Amino acid sequence: MKFAVISFPGSNCDMDMYYAVRDSLNEDVDLVTSDATNLDGYDGVLIPGGFSYGDYLRSGAVARFAPVMESVKEMAAEGKPVLGVCNGFQILTEANLLPGSLQHNTSMEFISDWSKLRVQNNDTMFTDQYEESEVIDIPIAHGEGNYYCDDETLAQLKANDQIVFTYEDNPNGSCDNIAGVVNEQGNVLGMMPHPERAVESILGGTDGLKLFKSLLNHVRS
Amino acid sequence: MEKPKTITPQDIKDQKIYQDWGLTDFEYNLIANDILHRLPNYTETGLYSGMWSEHCSYKNSKPVLRKFWSDGSRVLQGPGEGAGVLDIGDGQAVVFKAESHNHPSYVEPYEGAATGVGGIIRDIFSMGAKPVASLDSLRFGELTNDKNRFLLDKVVAGIAGYGNCIGVPTVGGEISFDPCYDGNPLVNVMCVGLMDQADIEAGRASGAGNSIIYVGAKTGRDGINGATFASSQFSTEEESDRSAVQVGDPFMEKLLVDACLEVTHNHKDILVGIQDMGAAGLVSSSAEMADKANSGVDLDLDLVPQREIGMTPYEIMLSESQERMLLCVKAGHEDEVLEVFEKHHLDAVVIGHVNDDKQYRLFQHGEVVCDIPTSSLVHDVPEYQHDVVEPERLKNVEEAKTPVINDVNDMVKTIIGQPTIASKESVYRQYDCRVQANTVVQPGSDSGVIRVRGTNKSLAMTTDANGRYIYLNPKLGGQIAVSEAARNIVASGAVPIGITDCLNFGNPDDSESYFEMDQSVEGISKACEKFDTPVIAGNVSLYNETDNKAIYPTPMIGMVGLIEDNQYITRSDIKEAGELVYVIGDTFDDFAGSEIQKNLEGNISGKIRFDLEEEFSNQRLILDLIHNHLIESAHDVSEGGIIVSILESLFQNDLGLKGEIDITKAQLFSETQSRYVVSVSQEDKDAFERLAGKKAHLIGVTDDSQQINLQLQDGRYVEDMTALKTIWKESLSCQMKSKA
Repeated sequence: MKFAVISFPGSNCDMDMYYAVRDSLNEDVDLVTSDATNLDGYDGVLIPGGFSYGDYLRSGAVARFAPVMESVKEMAAEGKPVLGVCNGFQILTEANLLPGSLQHNTSMEFISDWSKLRVQNNDTMFTDQYEESEVIDIPIAHGEGNYYCDDETLAQLKANDQIVFTYEDNPNGSCDNIAGVVNEQGNVLGMMPHPERAVESILGGTDGLKLFKSLLNHVRS
Repeated sequence: MEKPKTITPQDIKDQKIYQDWGLTDFEYNLIANDILHRLPNYTETGLYSGMWSEHCSYKNSKPVLRKFWSDGSRVLQGPGEGAGVLDIGDGQAVVFKAESHNHPSYVEPYEGAATGVGGIIRDIFSMGAKPVASLDSLRFGELTNDKNRFLLDKVVAGIAGYGNCIGVPTVGGEISFDPCYDGNPLVNVMCVGLMDQADIEAGRASGAGNSIIYVGAKTGRDGINGATFASSQFSTEEESDRSAVQVGDPFMEKLLVDACLEVTHNHKDILVGIQDMGAAGLVSSSAEMADKANSGVDLDLDLVPQREIGMTPYEIMLSESQERMLLCVKAGHEDEVLEVFEKHHLDAVVIGHVNDDKQYRLFQHGEVVCDIPTSSLVHDVPEYQHDVVEPERLKNVEEAKTPVINDVNDMVKTIIGQPTIASKESVYRQYDCRVQANTVVQPGSDSGVIRVRGTNKSLAMTTDANGRYIYLNPKLGGQIAVSEAARNIVASGAVPIGITDCLNFGNPDDSESYFEMDQSVEGISKACEKFDTPVIAGNVSLYNETDNKAIYPTPMIGMVGLIEDNQYITRSDIKEAGELVYVIGDTFDDFAGSEIQKNLEGNISGKIRFDLEEEFSNQRLILDLIHNHLIESAHDVSEGGIIVSILESLFQNDLGLKGEIDITKAQLFSETQSRYVVSVSQEDKDAFERLAGKKAHLIGVTDDSQQINLQLQDGRYVEDMTALKTIWKESLSCQMKSKA
């Protein structure tokens, strides 16, 4: 099994994601720059957090045009797993691989904290190691994590079970407490919380590990 | 500003234009008569004014800085480079330094604070180290004032905006409030880096013919001669200094960190030296690099990437545009380095060469615009001995009054609601403290702790300052500042290994202000020697005065400790019901400079009492107890007194406490030094008491009652913990939101 972590200029959680896969999952992983035009040979792609291109225009708005995104879209179309965390989630919505968008937190302040998430759908390739409705502790760290979509989209997300994680105590104003969603096919997950920061007990918790293990099991089978 | 071309060297002399840039008649004459033996031109005068400013030359503070103790077996690099370096074993090193950005943060708080973070991070990676954590020590006037609320809000946003984006976790810091910081807030930022000892770099430009490479942001007209600006007093009527503040771009700096670390790791053999462009920009970095190697440089200013047209040599050389680095690379190997920067989408240009005649020579449009001895910029600056006069207030000091506590419940609520004491969560929640996935202990405990990935070791770090104690007794206050930092480090299970400092003082020409600096440095140094924590880097910020009103003398101590084995990591919060709570250290009537004194009397006064031997022996005891696994939590006692430490230890896990403490109501608020609140599991009671002996005082057992119930010498204190926690947790954000 081999995973690609995409490193855009300004990504700052790329190494955290890399270590989570290499050291906590014990799987092969490469850091791939955003100029890459080929992701052949990878079983899954992980888009990390940070401030790609400084996020000066709008979070993820520039990153969607990076050369590597064409290959990411191809992988998504092939049904391979694509995970976007934090800025990665923002990039996936900007690239139209996921519905909705991420707005400024209602407090207009950056929020860094542990957050309690409920696993709303444990029947995905990213979450099947979790119990149904399990509540997990995962850190958040974002200024623009307020998930928004129109009513029609929200109804579709619900009808298709695309809402994977919700906040127990909504920190940012996200509609319907949404913390993470998958695409209709179920192979592209975007989430604001950072599972890669919750894979070792010394860092305060290991609830993120099951997400990576779910992913690994899926790729293996 | 007048066009420089119209100003001749003779004009500069006759009209004394140099005075506007901070050079004195004496200094100007020294340059003209003894160094150059001719009149300096406009550009040259400007360069001297920047390099000879206090900010760059430490001409006023050097005699004091020499008193710092900087030895010790771990020191790999002491003061003098971008940052200090300490050996932490296994071929690795920790690199750290703190810097003040007080003046810019008052004028433009968001950018002032943001560029403070950016500047100190550059100091760390210029040494070849990966920046792994930062901390901030902040001081403001009272929050009853609109301006101070605005400053706090924007400074915090600036720190968050820069630190979060660049991806360096903010793991600790402290904030307190006193009226003396009205118009003169303190923004001190510390950054910590990690590296392999083999990769240590230095800011050197040696070897005639080697290339000088400029990397990063283009040079603009921002922050021109900011070093001179930082070396003068403020007046509320003159806010025209705004152009002297720079604007930060954390994205650009993220690219710079990655690219520079790639050069230092993968192209070490061809990299001669590297330094960031901080105060006095291009001139200070290039002159210092050349001077350290006893060489000179020729620079062609036409090659310097510029953001604006028509920039003069003075502007180009003294611009403090952010996110720029200067490298010296072996001749013939420039392309290897330029390719790395190109890959990271950064501008990198060869702008000149090391020469063989030690001159500092600048060219623009084919003309020589500056030709002066390099060493004169760095070394020939006169050093000033200042008169040292003990302020009247320090003579015949009386004991502080013991406060009369009519209603202890009310008083506790008042104290824990003070912004200096209340929880700072609403601030640190805005800082990403976990990026890089190494943060073991997050803000809110005594120290921030990050593990050293790939080892079983961790680093603890803290910043501390207490201007009140130093105002009342500079020497003991200096000792206390280091001790308080060491207490925080020790309470985390770490052995203190070194410090950096920011010396925030008033006008050095005021002999009483200079006395405060001199004495507090002696105090700091004495404590450092006692604790084996050498001063390896630092920064001086003088002239912290507005309209001739000075701040409390406020040296900030940034300390790092080493946790040899992660099993010793200790936090300040008590974990569960049924734990025994002890106070380590004796409590006396120490109210001078205390939070309760400030609260009841409106100002501070009285005698400070401190025993360095007792302090050290208590630190040793705490470490012994931790190493023997005899304590479950440890929290130092500081501002607000023992009651604040007890409550803070209980809040995190919503515990109650019942017991008896052999002190008076007033002494709940005494700030006697060298004390800790620790918790012990019942099964360790005997072993704990054997080791701790008479230093430990059992005060009670934790429970799930949501109540604190303490029998005191002169009454009983009973209170609902939920009510207290709400006050403690919400006071700061409430005061930020309320309108005066």
